Amino acid sequence: MTTTTDTQSGAPQPPRVGEKRSVADKWFRRGLAIAGGSVLLILATMLIFTVIDAWPVFRHQGFSFITSSTWDPGVSRTEVTGQYGALAFIVGTLVTAGIALVIAVPLSIGTALYLTQVAHRRVRNPLTYAIELLAAVPSVVYGLWGLLFFVPTVLRPAMDFIAETLGGFIPFLAPPVITYNYFAAGVVLSIMILPIITAVTREVMSKTPASEVAAAYALGATRWEMMRSVVLPRARPGMIGATMLGLGRALGETIAVAMLIGGSKQIGDSIFKGGQSMAGIIAVTFQEAAPENVKALIGIGVVLFIITIVVNMLARAIVLLTGGHVTGDAAV
Amino acid sequence: MTTDGAEESTMQENEAPDMEHAGAVSTQPAEDASRASAARVNVEVRDIHAPAVPTEVVMATEGMEVYYGSFRAVHPVDLDIHAREITALIGPSGCGKSTVLRSFNRMNDLIPGARVAGTVRYHGEDIYAPDIDPVEIRRRIGMVFQKPNPFPKSVYENIAFGPKISGWKGNMDDLVEESLQKAALWDEVKDKLQDSAFALSGGQQQRLCIARAIATSPDVLLMDEPCSALDPIATLRIEELMFELKEDYSIVIVTHNMQQAARVSDRTAFFNVDVQEDGMRTGQLVEYDETGKLFTNPSDPATEGYITGRFG
Amino acid sequence: MSLATAPPGTGSGLRTRTPVAAARKRKDRLMTGLLLLAMTLALIPIILIVYQVVLRGFGAMTWNFLTSTQLFSQRTEGGGYLNGLFGTLYMLVIAIIVAVPLGIGTATFVVEYSDSKLSPVIRFFTDVMTGVPSIFIGLYIYALLVQGRVGISIGFSTLAGGLSLSLLMLPIVARASEEVLRLVPDDLRNAAYGLGARRWQVVTRTVLPAASSGLITGSMLAVGRAAGETAPLLLTALGAFAIVFDPVNAPQSALPLIIYNEARGPFDAAHTRAWAGALELMLLVLILTIIARTVNRNSELER
Repeated sequence: MTTTTDTQSGAPQPPRVGEKRSVADKWFRRGLAIAGGSVLLILATMLIFTVIDAWPVFRHQGFSFITSSTWDPGVSRTEVTGQYGALAFIVGTLVTAGIALVIAVPLSIGTALYLTQVAHRRVRNPLTYAIELLAAVPSVVYGLWGLLFFVPTVLRPAMDFIAETLGGFIPFLAPPVITYNYFAAGVVLSIMILPIITAVTREVMSKTPASEVAAAYALGATRWEMMRSVVLPRARPGMIGATMLGLGRALGETIAVAMLIGGSKQIGDSIFKGGQSMAGIIAVTFQEAAPENVKALIGIGVVLFIITIVVNMLARAIVLLTGGHVTGDAAV
Repeated sequence: MTTDGAEESTMQENEAPDMEHAGAVSTQPAEDASRASAARVNVEVRDIHAPAVPTEVVMATEGMEVYYGSFRAVHPVDLDIHAREITALIGPSGCGKSTVLRSFNRMNDLIPGARVAGTVRYHGEDIYAPDIDPVEIRRRIGMVFQKPNPFPKSVYENIAFGPKISGWKGNMDDLVEESLQKAALWDEVKDKLQDSAFALSGGQQQRLCIARAIATSPDVLLMDEPCSALDPIATLRIEELMFELKEDYSIVIVTHNMQQAARVSDRTAFFNVDVQEDGMRTGQLVEYDETGKLFTNPSDPATEGYITGRFG
Repeated sequence: MSLATAPPGTGSGLRTRTPVAAARKRKDRLMTGLLLLAMTLALIPIILIVYQVVLRGFGAMTWNFLTSTQLFSQRTEGGGYLNGLFGTLYMLVIAIIVAVPLGIGTATFVVEYSDSKLSPVIRFFTDVMTGVPSIFIGLYIYALLVQGRVGISIGFSTLAGGLSLSLLMLPIVARASEEVLRLVPDDLRNAAYGLGARRWQVVTRTVLPAASSGLITGSMLAVGRAAGETAPLLLTALGAFAIVFDPVNAPQSALPLIIYNEARGPFDAAHTRAWAGALELMLLVLILTIIARTVNRNSELER
């Protein structure tokens, strides 16, 4: 009896020559296909049902849903009477995600380089594990910790300092500093996305061919010169993918950002002013929202969903195409 | 463990040309009939291997041992590398020849737990002295690896890498061309300098790695089984290249191919594996002599056993 | 400048500190220092978080706290989060029942039936699903079941909350299971086929048992993630002050929900409880993670 090996994934398939498939086989396969198909069904209905629900608001606002920053919900159960311009929340999401990336990406790359190239093998595993632990902390604990300790105690003095010294020349760093603002949310967000960017970057860097590393050293390179000319160039595509994965995570993060961003419905002109994110406005106003308001919030959810999905798909495509692999608990 | 007999035999040659080095094995005196077993190896010994004058020693080891953690990989080795000669290190697998080679340019430093005891001298200086920077060593002692390992850059940038990082300020185009000329690769790549190094064939890539190594103006070239990943024709070209390179560089080559060692080298060091009571396998320098002598009249029975194919 | 006249090969050159060599060495040291700094900065948050949660939560996590339910007023001291713990566990059970079989089934289909054209499509979209924002999952369940679009309306409830958590867990379980199934060596499958097993038997009698410990680990890690989720529950379970047994049409509490609400209020008593709740939550996640890793290790020891 011969078995043929599947070229795609390697799981051997049963022989096909002359063998009639049993009924059990057929139904087992169908059952599993339905299980798998549920993913497709869920994703499709996610988009469809939410769009249908939010449609009255979309129709009412038109394009200004994403271009206007006037958010003035109405209280009707049947019609759309309020103003629903979500620009302030889109800005809030993007700004906090941007701040988070600016902080997390260099730190992650540095950490990944340290772990793969510099650290003694004895400390490598414990340190790697410690970073991955960051991914196991629940979002609400980050929010609590930020709200009651980190932001008022540690970050506030730093923000005051930056605003006082640099706020004169750089407009978006201007005082006054509100304790809970874009920057505070962005900093805590950066801590939350650090583990995934580090994990993927580490993975890519560990695949640097040892022969090229040896070649660089044999030509008299210092360790930094080797890292700069061999490790980093090869890791660059993977790092881009890792960054985008981090971005996707940052865009979708709700609770910690909602607790730290300040809760203003306007677009702040300084990162030290309060604002709100898309996920945040939903979380914070949902429970008291009138039916028409709820529809609008669902509409914001749709926008967030589309942005996040596109970013994630691009990210995974890049990581896969450049030979990386998204693994580990931090990466899911 | 035999000590280096190179100095003595060099003295002898001054007085009378040595018949044993004259051409093929079949012209051996009758007393070497027992050595007819060497004929099975088909060793063709060239007489250009007979150095007429005492030559300068460019690298020397005194009692060098290499440890990986507490495991002794190589018993104390005393070896002299002579200038502008090709020295071959041969022996069965696991005998430590690559380890010894890597000690010459401190590449063993990169292996965690690796430690070198004894002394390794380069132009008289102990290269493992605490105030010596390995980076400077590696600029002066180049290395070519078993599998060609060009960088994923253009041919030009591969060659320019070494000089650039050592801050060399001169005409890089000229340096690249010179290096490629010396590596007998210039004609084949002069129109493709900006192409990726990976577009070259295996043999060309290896010559590129040689050119890259000599671009930093070393005076010693270490080659770790440079032809084992290449086809016979490419191998032959590299061996011819080695004869040309010998005029400017002192070459140490590790090879598992005895015929290659016999063809190419002036001196050969034979290493063997010493298995101790606790099962630890440590490398040991058995015999080091001029190539002709080692292959036709080895002093140690283990050497004879290896070169006649009885083991290894 | 030709090669022949380049810096000579002499020993004395080794010790001469040319300015270039010194600068390279300095740069190497500087960059190594910067990398170490990055590593340290990355480590500080986890140390701070664990320290603060333990410091502030430990004292407040009294026996009373663990066994009492919420008080109606945040201002008052005392009370506990038992209703939240109960709700969390209740909803997690529902989530496990739905997500684990679906997730493992999806992974099995993707790996064992990779000949199907559907397989890579499902795999790709499972990956996509891991990126869906958790608040959106809440919106979806709200629109679908709480409000009621397809005829069923269950209102803010345990079931709604549990289902939203299951949707969160599904792609995680599927991805983790997929990786585990791929690790099962083909030799095992071939041996089973060679003995005349049918495909479904190979999968159920050989592959899944061989992967079982890894599958459990993956599921437990997903549960750990779901236990800490707040956003979807805001829209599906809503929250409650007492212990709720009804699965439908009655809002349910959850540990993260209470922490969220108490932390945002202005009252010190609430804040104190919130730290204790955070410690309780992290211990719950820790226990789940330890169980997950122990199961894995035990099975490896067996081999």
